[in-house]
Amino acid sequence: MRLIFITLLALILATVVGLGATWMTATRGTDLGTLTIGAWTARPKTGTADVDPYSRASIARSGELPVGTGDGVAFSATKDDRNKPLDGRCDVVVSGVTPAARFWTLTLYDTKGHLVANSLQRYGFTSQEIIRGADGAFEIRVASRSRAGNWLPTGGIERYSLMLRLYDTPVGVATRTQRDAPMPSIATVGCP
Amino acid sequence: MIRLLFTIVAGVLLGAVVHLVSVLALPRIATQDAYSRLTPITKLNAVTALPPADPNNAPLPFMDPAFAIAVCRYDLSGGPIKLSVPVSQAYTSVSFYTRNEVAYYAINDRSAGRRLIELDLMTEAQHAELPEDEEITAADRLIIDSPTATGLIVLKALAPEPGLMIQAQASLAASSCKVQTEPTPVKQPEPAPAPPPPAPPRAKR
Repeated sequence: MRLIFITLLALILATVVGLGATWMTATRGTDLGTLTIGAWTARPKTGTADVDPYSRASIARSGELPVGTGDGVAFSATKDDRNKPLDGRCDVVVSGVTPAARFWTLTLYDTKGHLVANSLQRYGFTSQEIIRGADGAFEIRVASRSRAGNWLPTGGIERYSLMLRLYDTPVGVATRTQRDAPMPSIATVGCP
Repeated sequence: MIRLLFTIVAGVLLGAVVHLVSVLALPRIATQDAYSRLTPITKLNAVTALPPADPNNAPLPFMDPAFAIAVCRYDLSGGPIKLSVPVSQAYTSVSFYTRNEVAYYAINDRSAGRRLIELDLMTEAQHAELPEDEEITAADRLIIDSPTATGLIVLKALAPEPGLMIQAQASLAASSCKVQTEPTPVKQPEPAPAPPPPAPPRAKR
């Protein structure tokens, strides 16, 4: 009787621990092969044939298609430079310069990877349509209400993520630091 | 007490095994992965344009809304595939994914270096079967080996401004992806032209 109970307990524990760990790594991702620059994180290896099993699991779960290495690289951010989660009700400024690339796009997604509806039908910016300063730097205002300049609407949702995709770029598996890839800063400047 | 401790340790160790097995198995058992989502809305061995990313209906999560996207879902069991994609004004890329979404190859218009991206996709076995002389004439055609018999080819054309989306879509609409039934017909045309020769002498007066 006791033996059965103990075996059962061990098996239940194994299931909970094992599947729990899998669920955690598949939804939140792991630090395996990540490239972190400021608030931005990329996994350049997901675009190659030697992608790690954890990234494969999370790609299969979410249903996305990773950007191939010969195409470009995708950086995502869910927090600002001070580690505060990005809040759609606040004003967030994304400013600075981007790494060398023929084109880039910046897109705002909700936590499930959907675009956020807004009356302007503006879901992001491309490197061509952005308004820049004289020095080539840009400033994007991510806010729920209309702002002057480059305004990216959040629709007032609580949590969102920003994705900066660089196309035809030398940034990739060999990139390590901010000096190789100067990423724009993300700052929360005001919350209602 | 010791027995309980032993149970917990055994449970955690077994849990680690369950974790590793389930992580490795997940890509195979996932039902909502990109390939499964695209299967009902795409044609096999043909280019299908995806609807533009929209907040209410996006075929896949995390799609880039600045791109016109088309997909060729392929099955190489009927023979290699010939792909040709005209280059759009701004930026065009072609990415190859296996059945389980491993991005094994991607190329953009600049590395292709022409007005048209032309590729032959085949399995390693089909590549090995290519006749030697074919290999030489194929030097100017890029041959890609697919690790799996089925998979996805994703064609993307950038619209740098929303107004250029129609142009980007039009350039993808001119692309083609079809099975080339080459290995057998290459030998068949040889006997076929044989009967016509009697005709030409008459034509030459």
